[in-house]
Amino acid sequence: MQATHAPEHGHGPPGGLMRWVTTTNHKDIGTLYLWFAGVMFFVAGSMAMLIRAELFQPGLQLVQPEVFNQLTTLHGLIMIFGVIMPAFTGFANWQVPLMIGAPDMAFPRMNNWSFWLLPVAAAFLVGSTLLPGGAVAGGWTMYPPLFIQGGISYDLTIFAVHIMGASSIMGAINIITTILNMRAPGMGMMKLPLFVWTWLITAFLLIAVMPVLAGAVTMLLTDRNFGTHFFDAAGGGDPVLFQHVFWFFGHPEVYILILPAFGIISTILPTFARKPLFGYASMVYATASIAILSFLVWAHHMFTVGLPAGAQLFFMYATMLIAVPTGVKVFNWVATLWRGSMTFETPMLFAVAFVCLFTIGGFSGLVLAMAPVDIQLHDTYYVVAHFHYVLVSGALFSIYAGVYYWLPKWTGHMYDERLGRWHFWLSAISFNVLFFPQHFLGLAGMPRRIPDYALQFADFNRISSIGGFVFGASQILLLIVIVKCIRGGARAEARAWEGAQGLEWTVPSPAPYHTFLEPDVAERHLSPPLPQAGGPPSGDEGRGEGYAPELR
Amino acid sequence: MKAFRTLWASAGLLWLPGPALSAWQLNLPVPRSEIARQIHDLHTLILWVCVGIFVVVFGVMFYALWRHRKAAGHAARHFHENTAVEVAWTAIPFLILVGMAWPATRTILAQKDTSDPDLTVKVTGYQWKWEYDYLQEGVKYLSVLATPREQIENRAAKGEHYLLEVDEPLVVPVGRKVRVLLTANDVIHAWWVPALGVKQDAIPGFIRDTWFRAAAVGTYRGQCAELCGRDHAFMPIVVEVKSEADYRAWLADRKAKLAAAAAEAGKAFGLDELKARGEKVYAANCAACHQPDGKGIPGVFPAVDGSKVALGPRQGHIEVVLHGRPGTAMAAFGPQLSDVDLAAVVTYQRNAWGNRTGEAVQPAEVRALRK
Amino acid sequence: MSAQGHGYYLPAPSHWPIVGSGALLGLALGATLLIHGVAGGGWLLAAGAALLVWMLFGWFGTVIRENERGLFNLRVDASYRWGMGWFIFSEVMFFAAFFGALFYTRTISVPDLASADQQLLWPGYAGGWPTSGPGLEDPFTPMAAWGIPALNTLILLSSGATVTWAHWGLKRGRRRQLILGLALTLALGAAFLGLQAYEYRHAYSELGLTLGAGVYGATFFMLTGFHGLHVTVGAILLAVMLARALAGHFTPERHFAFEAASWYWHFVDVVWLGLFVFVYWL
Ligand code: HEA
Ligand code: HEA
Ligand code: HEC
Ligand code: CUA
Ligand SMILES: [Cu+2]
Repeated sequence: MQATHAPEHGHGPPGGLMRWVTTTNHKDIGTLYLWFAGVMFFVAGSMAMLIRAELFQPGLQLVQPEVFNQLTTLHGLIMIFGVIMPAFTGFANWQVPLMIGAPDMAFPRMNNWSFWLLPVAAAFLVGSTLLPGGAVAGGWTMYPPLFIQGGISYDLTIFAVHIMGASSIMGAINIITTILNMRAPGMGMMKLPLFVWTWLITAFLLIAVMPVLAGAVTMLLTDRNFGTHFFDAAGGGDPVLFQHVFWFFGHPEVYILILPAFGIISTILPTFARKPLFGYASMVYATASIAILSFLVWAHHMFTVGLPAGAQLFFMYATMLIAVPTGVKVFNWVATLWRGSMTFETPMLFAVAFVCLFTIGGFSGLVLAMAPVDIQLHDTYYVVAHFHYVLVSGALFSIYAGVYYWLPKWTGHMYDERLGRWHFWLSAISFNVLFFPQHFLGLAGMPRRIPDYALQFADFNRISSIGGFVFGASQILLLIVIVKCIRGGARAEARAWEGAQGLEWTVPSPAPYHTFLEPDVAERHLSPPLPQAGGPPSGDEGRGEGYAPELR
Repeated sequence: MKAFRTLWASAGLLWLPGPALSAWQLNLPVPRSEIARQIHDLHTLILWVCVGIFVVVFGVMFYALWRHRKAAGHAARHFHENTAVEVAWTAIPFLILVGMAWPATRTILAQKDTSDPDLTVKVTGYQWKWEYDYLQEGVKYLSVLATPREQIENRAAKGEHYLLEVDEPLVVPVGRKVRVLLTANDVIHAWWVPALGVKQDAIPGFIRDTWFRAAAVGTYRGQCAELCGRDHAFMPIVVEVKSEADYRAWLADRKAKLAAAAAEAGKAFGLDELKARGEKVYAANCAACHQPDGKGIPGVFPAVDGSKVALGPRQGHIEVVLHGRPGTAMAAFGPQLSDVDLAAVVTYQRNAWGNRTGEAVQPAEVRALRK
Repeated sequence: MSAQGHGYYLPAPSHWPIVGSGALLGLALGATLLIHGVAGGGWLLAAGAALLVWMLFGWFGTVIRENERGLFNLRVDASYRWGMGWFIFSEVMFFAAFFGALFYTRTISVPDLASADQQLLWPGYAGGWPTSGPGLEDPFTPMAAWGIPALNTLILLSSGATVTWAHWGLKRGRRRQLILGLALTLALGAAFLGLQAYEYRHAYSELGLTLGAGVYGATFFMLTGFHGLHVTVGAILLAVMLARALAGHFTPERHFAFEAASWYWHFVDVVWLGLFVFVYWL
C-alpha cells in the first residue's frame, strides 16, 4: 500500500514541543503513550508504597483511614486506566503498523486525540487529591451507594472515566481498522503475528465494553446529582444493578489487560527459543474463546451479593471454563520452548517468569471461581494476591519484556544487559515476597481495603511490605536502563535478536520516521511464508475480511 | 516526618519477637460449621489439583529451559503443530474441571438452603456498626467496636483481640440453624464470620438471607467485608455461641434490661447525667465522623463544636440527628438509638467542647419529634 | 510521495486534537463546578462547548477539504467505513447499558422488592410496572404509547425511507432528489424532536413524570433523552450533508460521508424501535 503525505509534510519530524502535541506519526504517538504510562506507573506505585508503609504494622501510623481509601482507589484506577492500558496501546501504535507493513495507523489525527485525552483524565484523578474532601475513596469499582456519598472529586472521577473511555474507544477503532484494512499485500489474517491478533481481539473487547462502563458511570452521575433512582431501592432501583453493569464491563476489562500480554509473550518466546511458535492456529482460537467467554462470567465478582443458586452455578461453570483456553495458551508456550535453542536475555527472562507466575495467578483465579470458596475469600487479600499475580507478574512483566525486546528497534541502541538482568532478578524475587504472603493473609481472614488490621496478620504484612519496598526500589533500575539506552549504547542491527522474525525487523534500527510507504517493500519480505505463522501458507484463505485487492 | 520516625523505630522493635498472636496461619481457619468444613475441603482439593498441574507443566518447562539451552549446544527443532496434543490438552483440563465442579455444586445448594431455621436474626449494617434484631424475641441492640481509640492510634498497647472485639456480640445457641436476614441502612456492608463459613452482603433496601449452624460453643470473630467508607476496618463481628441453657439465660437477661430501659424513657434527667451518658453515645456513634474533639474533618464531616445547629434551636438539632441529612453521610439515628440516648447525645453536643448552652434535652422532647 | 489518487493519505501534524482535549477539559471541569455551585463553572462549560464546536468545524472542515482535493484513495475510504461501523457498534453498546438497566429493574429488582422476603422492609409494596418504587410518595402517570410516541415512530420510520430515497438519487446522479430527500429527512427529524420536547413538557408539568420518579422515570428519561441527543447529532450530520450537497460535493461513486450520516440515522431509527417497544408499549 502506497502512502501519500499532505504536501506540507516533510519526511522528518518537526522540532520542538509542538512536534509531540500535534504529531500524527504512529511512532511518536506510541512513544507518548509509553512515557505517559511510565510516569503514571511511578505515581500509582508511590501510592502503593504508602499503602504498604501504612500496612507495615497494626495501628494507624501514616495516614488517616479516608486518605488510605483514597490511595487504594487512585492506585487501582491509575494502574489500570493510566498504566497498563496506555502502555499496551503504546505498543500497538509502535508495533502494529510495523508488523503488518502499514505506513501508519488508519486515522493518524484521531490517534493523536486518543492520546491527548489521557492527560486530561489523569489531571482530574491526580488533581482531585487537592480538592476539599480529597480524592475518590470508593474503590476502583465505584460501588454505590458509597460512591453516591462523596463530594466533588467523585464527579470529576466520573468524567475522567468518560474521557478515558472515549480515548480507549477511539484507540480501539483505530487499531481494529488498521489491522483489518491496512495489511501489506500478502499479509493474510492467519499470517498476522500473534501480537496483532491479540490486539485485534482486545480492540473488539474495548469497543464492546467501554461504552457500557460509560453508561454505568453516567447512571452514577445522575443518581448523585439529578435525582434518579437507578441504584436506590426506595425508587425501585437496586445497588446491585450497578455491580452487574460494572462487571459486564469489568471482567472483559481484565482480559483487555492480559490479551496483549499474551501477544507479547507469544512473540518473545519463539525469538529466544529460535523455534516457531507452537500451535499458532490454536493460539488464535484460544484467544477468541477467552474473549467470548469473558462476556459470560461477570457475576463471579458478585457471589456474595445473594444471587439465586442457579445464577451462581451458571457463573461458576462459565468462569471455570476459561481455564481451558488459557491452559491451551500455557501449554503451547511450553511446547514452543521444548527442544528449542534457548538463550536468556532480559526479555526472555521476563517472558519465562510471566508464564510461570501468571499461571499461579490463574490458579488462584480458579480457586476464586469456585463459588463456595469465594464466599470465604471474596474481598480478602487472597483476591488482592490473585489479581496482582495476573496484573503485575502478568500484564506488567509482559510490558517489561516488550520494552526490553523492542528498545533496540525504537532507539537504535542495545540496552545494558547486566542492569537489565539485575532489574529482572530483583523484581521477580521481591515480587513474590510482596504478594505471595497475601494469599495466606486472605485465607486467614484479612479483608482488603483496610488501613489497620488484627494482630494475627502482622507478620505476613510486614514481610509483604518489605518485599514491596524492594520491588518499588528495583523499578528505578528500569528507568535507568531506558534512559541509558536512549542516550547511547551498542548499535543495534536491523534484526536486533538472532531469532527474531517479522516485518518490524526488516527495517533499520532505530526505525525510520516513516516506514512501509511503498507497498512492495513489505511484499518483498512477505513473499516466503512467514516462518512464525504456523498456518498453512495457502492462497486466498488468508485474505480475510477487509482485504479487497482492487482497493490498492 | 514524625510518623516516619515512629514507623522505622517500631519496625526494628516489632520484627524481633513477633507478637505471640501472629499465628503464621497459612490456611483457612479451623471450620466450625458443616458449610465451613465443606468449603475447607473443597479448597484443599483444588489447591492440590493446581499444585499437581503446576508441578507437571513447569517440570516440563524447567527441564526444557535447562536441557535445551543454546549454551548447552542444543539446536532448535522446527516442529510447530500437532493436533493430537492440542486436543489432549483441551480435553484433559476440561475433565479435571468437571471433577471440581461436582462437589462445589453440592455445597452451593446447601449454602442456599435457608429453609426451616430454628432462629431468625435480622442483621442491619450501619456506618459503622451492626444491629441485631431477634425477630421472634423482640430483642434488638447495636454492636460496636470495643477497641479503644488509644490502641488504634498507638498510644496504648494493643490488646489480644485488637479490632476484633465488640461491646455486644451476637449470641446464638449451639447446634441450631440460625437464619440471618441481612440488610443495610446506608451503604453496602458484608457480614462475615470465617469459622462459620458465612459471608453475605448487606444491601440497603433489600433483604438477603444466609444461614449457619455452629458446631461448637465458643467465640467467633469476623469483619465487615465490603468497603463501606472511612471506618470499614473498624466494624467487626463477634458471634458468641452458647449452650442452649446459657443462651436462654442470656435472652432473659436481655429482656429484663429492655424493660428497664423502657421504664426509663418517661423519666426526666439531670444535665450532668445526660452529659455523661451522651459522651459514651457520642464516642460510639458520632466520633468516627465528627471526631472526639467535635472538630470534624474539614470538607468531609462538619464540626459540631461551634456549629450553628448545635448552638441554635434545640428542635433543629434534634431533627438533624433523628432524621439525618438525606443524600449525605449524616444518617438518621432515630431508628438506631433510644430516645434517652438521643436526648443524651444532643445534650452532650450542646454542652461539650466550646459549646456551652447549658440546656438539657429530655427524652420526651425527642419522642415528640419522632414522626 | 506520489501524486493525487495514489497511496494512503497521511495527514500533516494537526492542532485540532489538542483543541478537542482542551474542549473536553472545559466541558467536564465546567460541568463539575456547575453541579457543585462553584462560581465560574457555567462559563467554563460554555467555553468548553465553544471550543468543541470550533474544533468540530475545523477538523471536519479539514477532512472535507482533503477529500475534495482527491487525496483519499479507496483504501482510505474503506478505513472510514470500518471506522464508522465500529463507532456505531460502540454506540449500540452504550444504549445496551441503559436497556440492560431497564430489563433488570423490570424483571429482577422491582419484582424482588415486592416479594415476600422484602415485606419486612417495604410492607405492602405491590410492585408492577410502571412503578415509582416502594419508598417514594409522589405519584405519576406513565407515558401512553399510542399517542405522540406512535406518531414519532411513524415519523422516524418515514425519515429512514426519505434518506434512502435521497441516497438513490445520489447514486443515480439526480441531485434534486438528493437535496429534496435530505431536506425532507431533516424536516422529519425536526418534527420528531419538537414532539419529543412537547412530550417532555407534558410529562413534567401534567403527568408528574420526572427524572426523580423512581426507576420508571429514570430509565424513561435516560433512554429517551440519550436517544433524543443522538437524533440531534444525526440531524446535524444530515444538515452538513445537505449543505455539502448544495455546494456540489459527492459523486455517484464516492460519497461515504453521506452514507455514514445515513448509517447513523438508521441506527438512531432502530434504537427508537427498541424504545418504542420496551419503554412505551410493553
Ligand atoms: C489481568 C487480569 C486478570 C486475569 C487474566 C484474571 C483471570 C482470572 N480471574 Fe481474576 N481478577 C482480576 C484480574 C484478572 N483475573 C482482578 C483485577 C480482580 C479483582 C477486581 C476487584 O474486585 O477489584 C479479579 C477477581 C477475580 C474473581 C473475584 C474474586 C472476588 O472478588 O471474590 C474471580 C472469581 O472467580 C476471578 C477469577 C479468575 C479466573 C478463573 C481467571 C482465569 O482467566 C484464569 C485462567 C488461568 C489458569 C487457570 C492458569 C493456566 C491454566 C492451565 C495451566 C490449565 C490447566 C488448569 C486447570 C485444569 C486447573 N478473578
Ligand atoms: C496493573 C495494575 C496494578 C499494579 C501494577 C499494582 C502494583 C502494586 N500494588 Fe496494587 N492494586 C491494583 C492494581 C495494581 N497494583 C488494583 C486494581 C487494586 C485494587 C484497588 C481497589 O481496591 O479499589 C490494587 C490494590 C492494592 C493493594 C490493596 C489495597 C487495599 O485493599 O487496601 C495493595 C496492598 O498491598 C497493593 C500494592 C501494590 C504494590 C506494592 C504494587 C507494586 O507493584 C508497585 C511498584 C511500583 C512502584 C513502587 C513505583 C516505582 C518506583 C518508585 C516510585 C520509586 C520509589 C520507591 C520506593 C519509595 C521504594 N495494591
Ligand atoms: C457517617 C458519618 C457521620 C456520623 C457517624 C455522624 N454524622 Fe453527623 N454529620 C455528618 C455529615 C456528613 C454531616 C453534614 C451533612 C450536611 O452536609 O448537611 C453531619 C451533620 C451533623 C450535624 C449538623 C451540623 C451542622 O453544622 O450542619 C449534627 C448536629 C450532627 N451531624 C450530629 C451527629 C450526631 C449526634 C451523631 C451521632 C449520633 C452523628 N452526627 C454521627 C456525618 C456523620
Ligand atoms: Cu461495613 Cu465495611
Ligand atoms: Cu472477573
